Amino acid sequence: MAFFEIQNFKKNFGTTEVLNDISFRMEKGEVLAIIGASGSGKTTLLRCINFLEKADCGRMFIDGKLLLDAQTTYSESEEQLRQKRLHFGLVFQSFNLFPQYTALQNVMLAPRLIYKSSENEKEIEEQAKRLLARVGLSDKMSNYPHELSGGQQQRVAIARALILNPDVLCFDEPTSALDPELTGEVLKVIKSLKSKDRTMIVVTHEMEFARNIADKVLFMANGMIEEYGTADEVFLFPRSEKTKAFLSKLGDVKGNEE
Amino acid sequence: MFLQVLAQLTEGFYNTLLIFGVTLLVSLPLGLIVAFGSMSKILPIKVITRLFVWIIRGTPLMLQVISVFYLPGLLFYYPMRSRMTAVLVAFIINYAAYFSEIYRGGIESIPRGQYEAGKVLGLTKWQIFYHVILIQVIKRILAPISNEVITLVKDTSLARVIAITEIIMAAEIAVSRYAIVWPLFFTGVFYLLFSGLLTILFDKLEKRFDYIKV
Repeated sequence: MAFFEIQNFKKNFGTTEVLNDISFRMEKGEVLAIIGASGSGKTTLLRCINFLEKADCGRMFIDGKLLLDAQTTYSESEEQLRQKRLHFGLVFQSFNLFPQYTALQNVMLAPRLIYKSSENEKEIEEQAKRLLARVGLSDKMSNYPHELSGGQQQRVAIARALILNPDVLCFDEPTSALDPELTGEVLKVIKSLKSKDRTMIVVTHEMEFARNIADKVLFMANGMIEEYGTADEVFLFPRSEKTKAFLSKLGDVKGNEE
Repeated sequence: MFLQVLAQLTEGFYNTLLIFGVTLLVSLPLGLIVAFGSMSKILPIKVITRLFVWIIRGTPLMLQVISVFYLPGLLFYYPMRSRMTAVLVAFIINYAAYFSEIYRGGIESIPRGQYEAGKVLGLTKWQIFYHVILIQVIKRILAPISNEVITLVKDTSLARVIAITEIIMAAEIAVSRYAIVWPLFFTGVFYLLFSGLLTILFDKLEKRFDYIKV
């Protein structure tokens, strides 16, 4: 049985169809890269998964349990939705760190508030430090976000998402807001997170990275899944004309830059 | 005579401080409630609150002071017992309306991403407001709040329209009675010192929030 499954997600903004019948499955530890042109619905899909947006219809399963049924779930209490959100982590394109907290405080805030007992305090702090070390920021723990580079901020954001140990960790174009020379450090960190029990969905425009890290690649166009397969299948032997056009256009851009 | 005038000025000084202090103390929190009203998702609450804010901000404070003092007696046969109460009520309502707009602007200026980051970290609405949003709002509204507070210092002089002897009225009485000018300077210096003190206070406060860059 699949660890994570989405069935028939649909979403309209007014009369614009943003998601049209999206379904896919993921195994535990799998990394899925979602690629596609801007406006193809990638971000909306991630936002629906993280309960930031309400899907109009569709179902979502995690570990065999029905987590979301668009017909009924959204009428649940705020508290129930909040609990469900905890199955997921999301790293934003624009980091969204809390400016009034240091890097360490940013990472510690959520577990501190969620597990309110003071006995855990020490434990939470140690874990936050471990995670910051893991993303290479041992020496920046007491810095405020504005004192950090974009790449460092994004790595703090990754540590902040990791500390809650979500079942599915999502990245929404994690390097799109970064200067080119800073994308490498963030991508390296994300790559290092890949392990047999960390399931990740990465929306990205970095094709090289997607090809390297992803077990499966999903190409979206106009709110639909245009192509889905292993990284090699999609990148080397795309079947759909739209995928071919998208990939070759990216190739052109790269060619022009060089 | 000097001591007599000084005593009168002191009484005016006391009334001015009283209006200033009580108005701030009540209207600062009341403004937050009004702000939540004008941002409410429940349409009637939002419309009524915004109408209220429009009326209060759209009419002179002097007219409001006079209205609060006379209308209860004339319309409902329930006269205001004390002039000071009428002044305080009018000032509190007026300043709550202004503060509410400052709060609203501050709260609405916080990027949506801050709320969403809190949400995906599993925080409750209240936790997001209290631990993430509030201090950023405070930082952003300090400057406009300090403006209003300094305006309030000078607005207290309007209390005289219903014969509350605040400091300017006390000075004017002395000037006309004894044909002396120093009470006017005395009053001017009082206002300058008062607003100077507030300026320093708000500068210090703003410095305390310097570590937050939004």
